Amino acid sequence: MSRQANRGTESKKMYWYLPFISPSASLHLMNSELFTLTYGALVTQLCKDYENDEDVNKQLDKMGYNIGVRLIEDFLARSNVGRCHDFRETADVIAKVAFKMYLGITPSVTNWSPAGDEFSLILENNPLVDFVELPDNHSGLIYSNLLCGVLRGALEMVQMAIDVKFIQDILKGDNVTEIRLKFIKRIEENLPAGEE
Amino acid sequence: MTVHNLYIFDRNGVCLHYSEWNRKKHAGISRDQEYQLMYGMLFSIRSFVNKMSPVDFRDGFLSFQTSKYKLHYYETATGIKIVMNTDLGVGNIRDVLSQIYSTILVEFVVKNPLCSMNEPIQSELFRTKLDSFVRGLPFFSARAG
Repeated sequence: MSRQANRGTESKKMYWYLPFISPSASLHLMNSELFTLTYGALVTQLCKDYENDEDVNKQLDKMGYNIGVRLIEDFLARSNVGRCHDFRETADVIAKVAFKMYLGITPSVTNWSPAGDEFSLILENNPLVDFVELPDNHSGLIYSNLLCGVLRGALEMVQMAIDVKFIQDILKGDNVTEIRLKFIKRIEENLPAGEE
Repeated sequence: MTVHNLYIFDRNGVCLHYSEWNRKKHAGISRDQEYQLMYGMLFSIRSFVNKMSPVDFRDGFLSFQTSKYKLHYYETATGIKIVMNTDLGVGNIRDVLSQIYSTILVEFVVKNPLCSMNEPIQSELFRTKLDSFVRGLPFFSARAG
């Protein structure tokens, strides 16, 4: 029997929405377990390479950032979403379009700050942690910290400086996973050096 | 109808790519100066258009034309700018420029981890794909112009 049967859940598939022509068209149906397990292997290796969890978190965030700055281009090319005019619109696009497209989930957007510059994404099921149990000696590890980097990198490319962090995590015994996003400032475009 | 040339700029004004097909007259300055001049003008037009517009609008600057040619402009939310010069007979080609972005630039540069995204594009694959895409456009014709 396959392991899905043992786990009693249906095999999860991610649908990749394609632009009309794509050389990677054959990959349009990808099993999300491959992604989840690859991510697990990455985290495991980082835990071996670095002595403390803090450094692992930092590396995950950095890698996520590098993914985010490229992923945003792919996202814009596929989704035809234009520039967002406020942070609420941004929140909606992230939760309903981007998370859906890349992870197959739709987190809910809640806990807006009165000023409208902070909100939370509540993930009821985080696909990255499907097979994970956090051992006691890694209490400082933010397992899915890559996501923070991705969000930060992607939004930076659309002129938004934001602060992203996990404030609740199912892996640490919380009921839900909560990612907090705080708008810091709009990054202004500059005229390149040597002009005028 | 014809396509003269094409520029791609990044968000910081670096010219990522330039190609030309039917360009009879050259600027008489170095390529780098030409890119800088082009980017400076686009930057000014963009802020001019946004400031002068009497109504709020989404798209901003789209194109301009002179007596001899037409410049088409497309900008993504990430600040990548694609500029194509054609003759006057070419209508609105927004979808063509957005296709260059989504099916060529994103596919062959952004998804190529060895391609840096803030210096001129070296990828041969990207060049060939772009060239054959542009040559295949219905308004591309070497005879005219």
